[in-house]
Amino acid sequence: MSGSPRDVRAAMQPLRPGAVGRIEKARDSRHALARLLPYLKPSAAGLALVLCSIVIATASGLLGPYLMGVAIDRYIAAGIFSGIPRIAWWMFAAYLTANVFQALADWIMASVSQRSLSRLRRDLFAHMQNLPIRFFDSRPVGELMSRLTNDIDAINQAVSQNVTSLFASVLSLSGILAAMFMLNLWLALASLLVAPIMFWFTGFVARSTRQGFRDLQRQLGGLNGVMEEALSGQKVIKAFRRNESVLENFRRQNQEVYKTALRANSSALLLMPLTGVLGNFFVIVLAAFGGWLALQGLVSVGIIATFIVYGQNFIQPLRQLANMYNAIQAALAGAERIFEIIDTGAEEDDADDGLPGPPVRGHVRCEAVDFSYSPGTPVLRGMSLEARPGQMIALVGPTGAGKTTIINLLTRFYEIDKGRITIDGIDIRSIPKARLRRSLGLVLQDTFLFAGTVLENIRYGRLDATDNECIRAARLADADHFILQLPQGYQTDLSERAGNLSQGQRQLLAIARAILADPVILILDEATSSVDSRTEVRIQTALLRLMRGRTSFVIAHRLSTIRDADRVLVVDQGEIVEQGTHEELLARQGFYHHLYLSQFKGEQI
Amino acid sequence: MQYVVRLNAFLRPYRLQAFLALMLLAALVSLDLAIPRLIQRIIDQGINRHDEAVVIKTGLLMLGISLVSMCIAVGNNNLSVMVGEGIARDLREALFLKIQTFSFGNLDQVKTGQLMVRLSSDTAAVQRLVQMSLRIGTRAPLLMAGSLILMVNTSPSLALRLAPLLAVTLAIVVFFTFKMEPLFLLVQQKFDTLNTVLQENAAGARLVRAFVRGANEGGRFDAANKDFTVQSTRVAQFLATMTPMLTICVNIGMVIVIWAGGMDSARGGVTVGQIVAFTNYLLTTMTPLLMMGRLANVWAGGMASSGRICAVLDTVPEVGDCPDGQAAGAVGPGRIVFEHVGFYYNSRQEEPVLADIDLVVEPGEMVAILGATGAGKSTLVNLVPRFYDVTSGRILLDGVDIRQLRQETLLAGIAVVPQETVLFSGSVTDNIRYGAPEASQERVIAAARSACAHEFILGLSHGYDTRIEERGVNLSGGQRQRIAIARALLTRPRILILDDSTSSVDAETEGRIHEALAAQAGNQTRLMVAQRISTVLKADRIVVIDRGRIVALGRHRDLLQESPIYQEIYDSQLGVCAGLSEDRMDLQEGAGDERIS
Repeated sequence: MSGSPRDVRAAMQPLRPGAVGRIEKARDSRHALARLLPYLKPSAAGLALVLCSIVIATASGLLGPYLMGVAIDRYIAAGIFSGIPRIAWWMFAAYLTANVFQALADWIMASVSQRSLSRLRRDLFAHMQNLPIRFFDSRPVGELMSRLTNDIDAINQAVSQNVTSLFASVLSLSGILAAMFMLNLWLALASLLVAPIMFWFTGFVARSTRQGFRDLQRQLGGLNGVMEEALSGQKVIKAFRRNESVLENFRRQNQEVYKTALRANSSALLLMPLTGVLGNFFVIVLAAFGGWLALQGLVSVGIIATFIVYGQNFIQPLRQLANMYNAIQAALAGAERIFEIIDTGAEEDDADDGLPGPPVRGHVRCEAVDFSYSPGTPVLRGMSLEARPGQMIALVGPTGAGKTTIINLLTRFYEIDKGRITIDGIDIRSIPKARLRRSLGLVLQDTFLFAGTVLENIRYGRLDATDNECIRAARLADADHFILQLPQGYQTDLSERAGNLSQGQRQLLAIARAILADPVILILDEATSSVDSRTEVRIQTALLRLMRGRTSFVIAHRLSTIRDADRVLVVDQGEIVEQGTHEELLARQGFYHHLYLSQFKGEQI
Repeated sequence: MQYVVRLNAFLRPYRLQAFLALMLLAALVSLDLAIPRLIQRIIDQGINRHDEAVVIKTGLLMLGISLVSMCIAVGNNNLSVMVGEGIARDLREALFLKIQTFSFGNLDQVKTGQLMVRLSSDTAAVQRLVQMSLRIGTRAPLLMAGSLILMVNTSPSLALRLAPLLAVTLAIVVFFTFKMEPLFLLVQQKFDTLNTVLQENAAGARLVRAFVRGANEGGRFDAANKDFTVQSTRVAQFLATMTPMLTICVNIGMVIVIWAGGMDSARGGVTVGQIVAFTNYLLTTMTPLLMMGRLANVWAGGMASSGRICAVLDTVPEVGDCPDGQAAGAVGPGRIVFEHVGFYYNSRQEEPVLADIDLVVEPGEMVAILGATGAGKSTLVNLVPRFYDVTSGRILLDGVDIRQLRQETLLAGIAVVPQETVLFSGSVTDNIRYGAPEASQERVIAAARSACAHEFILGLSHGYDTRIEERGVNLSGGQRQRIAIARALLTRPRILILDDSTSSVDAETEGRIHEALAAQAGNQTRLMVAQRISTVLKADRIVVIDRGRIVALGRHRDLLQESPIYQEIYDSQLGVCAGLSEDRMDLQEGAGDERIS
């Protein structure tokens, strides 16, 4: 098993449009909510202020329609006009207060919620830095990423748009209810009739919608699969002239999505007209029943008018509740998954920080190391090796022999099952990971470049390096020459142009990065596999210079790369089957000899 | 904005539905507006005149209206969904079709991820924009205009006093909508930056740990996180100001109605019912207006997405069929002539990728191409199937300029095994059969044998029926390459192009593959890009390319004598310590012998 089963390209996977009507439930909403609350805690004062503001806003908001009713009954209908200006001013004052405090509440809440989310993201990211490599190796990065971004987005949406409105809605609902009952018992009871119907309707629609959207999600997933495969394989499709059949496949799936989306959206949008009609119905009930009550002398016109305004305010939040509920559920489900990651155990790093200094000589010993990625399928069995300070050790063997695994263990990306690994006589498990890794310079097969300039990518090896040091490292890695040909040379932004760098050029940048880092122990894992052999020879000289005085491990397929090694370890099926210098091994005519010969196979001169 | 106009063409097939939807909307609005008028009647003619019949009759009438308006609303919804989803479907198809016409040059400039976003989120954003426009987006202004008319109708003097207020409200909505668009775009940008950091951190986890850069990454993330937080707080606070501002307008309207209306009623100008109706009109108008303000981000998002979609649709394919393209040429022997071929990937480049290439490949010949990383090897072979078009000079296939041939015809005779292996989900057989769907199982197996893939395929869990997972992750790089070779062989091409397509195969297997390829070749012309000397030894001729020019051409033996660059490549790979080249040759001959024995 190779040590890096990750597919970096998977990271470039686009996000599944999960936000499209995602209706999803957290497994344990209460728990997720409880976990989210601590993030609000530092803003407790702000929250209290928000709470007070909303109470004031709601109360004075309710006062407005009441004053209007009073104005109609006591002054307009009664024909007493002198009091109108005064009550109008009161109305104005009430409304002004309501809106000012509403704005205040929203304003503060915006900053409170965004800051809490910011804290959550920071925690998540900080934790990701401590997750074991196994976490990343065991799942496609693309999937992880789309989950993270969608989940964070879902929480963001819910918090920024729904939490305050939910609170305000609930508060004003209860306020309106109380006010209605105080004003007129009969009309209030009649109004209440509407509420259960509304709840039933929204519940019904939400339920039937959920299935529709689930189907839509599935179909969209299918369509995305078709599109992604077609897009990433576009060149092959073109070369083999399969456009027609790909197109046909796409059309079929596209049509399916269309049909499902039609169904899902039509039923989802049913909610709006239904609640709208119910709103009208509410007004009608108030007007007709209220009118009848007024004829019986049980209610005044002003109160009916007040009720109608209250009614509008009552319907609005009711209407939104169902939508808000869904958004909040989706957010909680997202939060749950984020907490799942935060709860994933961090890399163990129980080393005593005080004791040993960093490895300085680079004397590496593996003693009878056993290791398996998953229990039951051993990858390394009783592996022992030694690298004396300054030695260059080449690891050779067929794919899957366990070469990369040895590197994974040295860097403590993975922990060994049995045996021990020491550097300068110290068990690496007692060296803090940061210190251990700082003394190792690693050039990996999959070269990863960050969004940023060429210079920034090289500087990643040592952050305090000057520009000149970076350029010197690039020269040593023979990367200078192609870098200068890029449009902006060292300042070329790789986020836009990384696609134009060949794999070989990426590897040269990675080597420059390692050269700059200036480590005690250098590890090259197929670091030049995509570099052509002449360039390789040129780097080789630089690398050899770099390796002088440092312990180095080199993994390579090309035997020409490893001729200069002090010792060649031939690894096969998790064990070292041969070791010695290149010449010794050739003379032995064993496994290495066989590997070496296959290089020249086919040549008949 | 101009992009939205451009995408209008996609609305055309649905213009009937869209028109109907808008008509229904208009009907809906008039019914909505009837309600306050009826309430007014209940108050003025029912309650005030103690006429029970009017109250009940009007109530029933309102109920009827409300039921009718529900049906209309459902109709409007379904129609607008139909239009929106239809347009989304057509946009996806148009984009997909467009991408199908992209040549390699176009594809090099975009990432698959970007195209996916165009096809998924961007079309969804346009769909939301369309749906919104056909529903609330039109309803709110209609309602506003309607109630304005009715207000004037109910009491011109009262309405006149409200007119400035309505104007102010409208101005506020417009102001915020336009202000909001760039703000939302900025938030989206910050969010993208944040995601990039996150994404890179997960994808480059090994590197971050190896260089102990957790803290540094934390700093990068904190900066992006802070940026995003500040920006989204700003937008949220912006919205927090907008809603109360609009509400206060409504509320002031109420105060004016009560105050002015109350004073008017003293002079008998307005009735109580009219005053209540007025407040109702205000409410009916303002509620959708408030919602419309909140939909500003749908608007902004739809605009931005339209622009991005148009950019894809406007891309001109770099390689196209010339109008009088010939269908002939499919049966020739496969003689390829490069005449003074020059090539630039883009015009800004200073040094050409290929310059002045002259090369004749005879039918049935096997030509190997060797050279440094970035020398132009892949580019050279990619010109033959017109994955890119030459910048200068020309390429002749059997005497015809390939630009005169239809690409379809040209490609029918050529099979390419690309550098980067792409497999599709499906069984192993499906993948091998990709180029010739009608081929029999026997031919599939024969092709697999020629690619030295038969044995390992039989070793897979379900043999030839084994499903290949997304991108072939369940196969090793070498296995994927061999399936790709089998796929190319199955089409029985006249010209076979191998673009460094055995790089992940170990040297021993590679040797066997080349033997098998030679065995099946017949009169096939073969172009082969390679890195390893051992790969090119058996070629009829070897072309050495350096910095876009042919620097040596000939057989292995001759080149070893004559070409310094070739010697250098040879030494870099096979050079055993010091020593004369004769010794080295001996060793190799010995090696060959030993393998045979």
